Amino acid sequence: MRLVVVGNGMAGARLVGEVRSRSRDVRITVFGAEARQPYNRVLLSNVLAGTSTPDQARLVDPAWYGEHDVTARLGVRVTAIDRDRKTVLASDGTREPYDVLVLATGSEPVVPSIPGAGRALPFRTLDDCDRIRKAATSARGVAVVGGGLLGIEAARGLAGRGVPVTLLHLGDHLMERQLDVEAGLVLRQTLGALGVRVRTGVTVSAVHERRVDLSTGESMDADLVVLACGVRPVVGLARDAGLEVDRGVVVDDELRTDDPAIFAIGECAQHAGMVYGLVSPAWEQAAVAADVVTGADRAARYRGSRMVTRLKARSVELAAMGETHLTDEQAEIVSFSHRRNGTYRKLVIRDGRLVGAILLGETPAVGTLTRLFDRGGPLPADRAGLLFPGVLADVAVAQSPVRMPDSAQVCHCNNVTKGQIRACWEAGARDLPAVTAATAATTGCGGCRDAVEGIVGWLSEQEGVSA
Amino acid sequence: MKPPESTIGPMPISLSPPGPVMPRDPVRTATHCPYCALQCGMQVVDGRGGGGGIGIEAREDIPANAGNLCQKGWTAAALLDSPERLTSPLLHGRRVGWDEALDFVARRVRDVQARYGPDAVAVFGGGGLTNEKAYLLGKFARVVLRTSQIDYNGRFCMSSAAAAANRAFGMDRGLPFPITDIGRAGAVLLAGVNVAETMPPFVRHLTRMRDGGGRLVVIDPRTTRTARVADLHLRPAPGTDLALALGLLHVAIADGHADLDYLAGRTTGFERVRTSVAAWWPERAERVTGVPAAAMREAVRILGDAERAMILTGRGAEQHAKGTDTVTSFVNLALVLGLPGREGSGYGCVTGQGNGQGGREHGQKADQLPGYRKIDDPAARAHVASVWGVDPADLPGPGRSAFEMLDALGTPGGPRALLVFGSNPAVSAPDAGRVARGLGALDLLVVSDIVTSETAALADVVLPTTQWAEESGTITNLEGRVLLRRRAADPPAGVRSDLSILSGLAGRLGHHKGFPADPGTVFGELRRASQGGIADYSGVTYERIAAETGVFWPCPAEAPGEIAHPGTPRPFLEHFATPDGLARLVPVDHRPPAEDVDTDFPIYLTTGRVLAHYQSGAQTRRIAALNEASPEVFVELHPDLAGRLGVEPGGRVRVRSRRGVVEAMAKVSPVVLPDTVFMPFHWDGVNRLTNAALDPVSGMPEFKVCAVAVERVA
Repeated sequence: MRLVVVGNGMAGARLVGEVRSRSRDVRITVFGAEARQPYNRVLLSNVLAGTSTPDQARLVDPAWYGEHDVTARLGVRVTAIDRDRKTVLASDGTREPYDVLVLATGSEPVVPSIPGAGRALPFRTLDDCDRIRKAATSARGVAVVGGGLLGIEAARGLAGRGVPVTLLHLGDHLMERQLDVEAGLVLRQTLGALGVRVRTGVTVSAVHERRVDLSTGESMDADLVVLACGVRPVVGLARDAGLEVDRGVVVDDELRTDDPAIFAIGECAQHAGMVYGLVSPAWEQAAVAADVVTGADRAARYRGSRMVTRLKARSVELAAMGETHLTDEQAEIVSFSHRRNGTYRKLVIRDGRLVGAILLGETPAVGTLTRLFDRGGPLPADRAGLLFPGVLADVAVAQSPVRMPDSAQVCHCNNVTKGQIRACWEAGARDLPAVTAATAATTGCGGCRDAVEGIVGWLSEQEGVSA
Repeated sequence: MKPPESTIGPMPISLSPPGPVMPRDPVRTATHCPYCALQCGMQVVDGRGGGGGIGIEAREDIPANAGNLCQKGWTAAALLDSPERLTSPLLHGRRVGWDEALDFVARRVRDVQARYGPDAVAVFGGGGLTNEKAYLLGKFARVVLRTSQIDYNGRFCMSSAAAAANRAFGMDRGLPFPITDIGRAGAVLLAGVNVAETMPPFVRHLTRMRDGGGRLVVIDPRTTRTARVADLHLRPAPGTDLALALGLLHVAIADGHADLDYLAGRTTGFERVRTSVAAWWPERAERVTGVPAAAMREAVRILGDAERAMILTGRGAEQHAKGTDTVTSFVNLALVLGLPGREGSGYGCVTGQGNGQGGREHGQKADQLPGYRKIDDPAARAHVASVWGVDPADLPGPGRSAFEMLDALGTPGGPRALLVFGSNPAVSAPDAGRVARGLGALDLLVVSDIVTSETAALADVVLPTTQWAEESGTITNLEGRVLLRRRAADPPAGVRSDLSILSGLAGRLGHHKGFPADPGTVFGELRRASQGGIADYSGVTYERIAAETGVFWPCPAEAPGEIAHPGTPRPFLEHFATPDGLARLVPVDHRPPAEDVDTDFPIYLTTGRVLAHYQSGAQTRRIAALNEASPEVFVELHPDLAGRLGVEPGGRVRVRSRRGVVEAMAKVSPVVLPDTVFMPFHWDGVNRLTNAALDPVSGMPEFKVCAVAVERVA
């Protein structure tokens, strides 16, 4: 079988790996519009912030293709699909026949049609990253347009480089798709403390050489403008080929388009009305498509993904998942806000299951809650315990010898109770070495030494009192 | 570190029992504990000659325990006089003489092999056997039985760590440094290690480290006693340790903790591994494991900032169908941080069974010959065959791994007879119900044991054997330090040593030479057989062990006129044991548990240990004080889960997997995650639940995670 993959980004590269791990027989050709090896787009914010180097983001070794018998056509665009001849046409004039074609063309940044938009830099690829980093070294003021996930990460990263950054967001609060009003406020405050000036309800109406005009009529100094105004699926190839396209290329539960020989995955695909802009759905789709295409699991089906958004910005811990906008009428809401220290936590619960959450500010609960959300596990009756995972109830905090019952085990390694220590004290063992000799307490891990000494001391005091 | 001070005076190397001296001071014999791989030094104090009892004192001169013991150690002597000791061979449950028993076994072995071929007789050994026994057992299988079918319970214990260490370092020595190095470290990461429960005196080394300002990070799904003394505890969901390790590795590289000079000078493969973990950014690992990304960063910072740091793995990380890759990932982390081969730092695994280290070096493993040689290596075969006086071509090749062997018992093409030494697979093997059916389908089951273990109860022939204090031999502890166990007491009448049993069987099967019953003689041959191998013991003698309180292998014999080799406390300081001397980073990827939860079996089961018991409990469940401390099997479940099921503390619950069902007492505790139950495996039945999915490299079964349903027993 000849498999052609269009797109060598996170979805396409993943699919190629998944297919090869299931079958050695499939002949694979992958086209990548970017000349680079596939890299992890999730890490671009770190690269922009300077906390990761570009080579740390690389997802596939150059030698991998040769070793795994995959033909990689990097820097070559696919310009058309000839569905009748089951062939794709490439920008270098070549044709590549396929039995199965997978579209993983991803998405492209939305560039607002405003005067001077060409002066602004989109933030989407590793090359964009390079350009922004270079420009930032000499910039005296940066405007980041768009207060979604990517815009916030870019703003935070640039602020961390010591550049004055203003984040302009048209919505009423940051990340309004994922966050409620309160979370938006707390996040704004957190970013402010990190040197990101946030303005909401405003966007850029024109980009000039050293300043931007705002929708409010003001003008603002900025010699670098970064665009993070969202993305739109790249569907031109599919549309030109006559495939069914809505916002994305429409696929069924097998990730198959209305042409049975053509699949689509990742940010260009639309499944059950959803176009996902995150990595994990794309990778889940790649696994299902690989199962179906290779026949490794013909029953594999994609049923949609649960969405967890995790901001990757230093000193800003934010996780948002599921349906965060439900109200008390629609669901059970548990929330806690502490604006001053940047904490906001909200759980959205329906039918005893976690269907949404916002966790802003560091919390040890984030992992547990994400798993509960992903797996739909039952929640404990004590909802507060979910927000504030506390000290374990039964963990021995240094108990006072007075309160300890005689049956309490003091030395676990040698199974010695307080009662046994008391008995041996009464039999004449008046100090730690004597108690140790009689009971073997403290001779294992040694962790109970203070406790045993405390009991012996307390017993001696008691004797003094009663004498 | 304290200099080894002798509290016991000069020790004569008398391996014979204390003679019938006139009364009657108690006789003290310096030896080691019968249980775990810490091999605490102890003295057996036999006052029976003067009308007293037999007791235990802790030795100060062994650095592993330095005068301390846990309850198992203190009570170890109780089993010597146990009324449950077997003192006569049993043939189909009938007490018979030794000749009758051994004649029967030899005849049946010959019959089975005549009919089905040499591989129809299999041998199952144990990680508690001395080096001498493990060696002679391997030789007996290859030379007398000429079967390829020999493996041992260490496959369920150390195999994943061993496979990972071999592929990274070219050598598998549990701790490639003295245990006292731990106390001087600035940070220690324990991955799936619960020493506070399993080897309490080990904790003192961690305490010393923390008292010196060092920090302890523990990875465990449960808030174990070890986790409770940690500075940072990471709680991955069961079966996700590998994803966590990959996340930590990603963070180590991304946050600038990679030691690039070290990676360039002492390792190969870093580029590949870096690429492979680009896909494991911490927030992704968080979603899989439940461990917060911030905690991963903190853990890496603790390790990366320390002057000296160590990463140690245990069964929690290893007993998975992806155990080898999990350990590899922790090894990769250690290599990226530049730890292995630096004095005071490194990667190590915390070996479990008493002779888990030595037991995996001298040939009771399916793919191995003495000296940690590979059985498919022609040079290794030639060397060992020359020591054994046989033609290399007559040595069998590699056989099945432990579970594969147990699973093949009684099946067409599988073994029809099984000889078991020092193991209780009916309790300790995964999917134990299936294993019991296999044992039941055999034409012949022979078990050598000190008591009627659950496996012995199924046997055609039970051979009563001596135990730890009644025999001499060497064991190699978790540090790779070869130690001497001395005979401290007379065995009961009617009991023989395993070496004597092998000797008797070998003779009856036509090999009157080459199978001595005397441990010293066997050790002499083991030294020669191991010479030139990875685990070279040729320079180790009983005298040196006694004088030096242990010798670290490799310790090659000196040529005449040369100074004796000092042994090798830290084998990787100059180079690793690979052909080019460089450590290998190997890219690996995460995959989910072999059996994940679903609507029918919605809860994870994980298994582990309690302090009072050891392994299948065959020894410790027969000691009153230990039974009092831990009387019965229990199911540990979270208060949330208990609340939903209506289970009260101390109530009865039923735990069901696709393979079996067990009832046990409920222990309600937040120590365990709400979607997980924990059971200690020391009792019969728990392993009927566990999943026998095997690691493709090591053959390790997935003891640490399977799916179960839990319900209240009305």
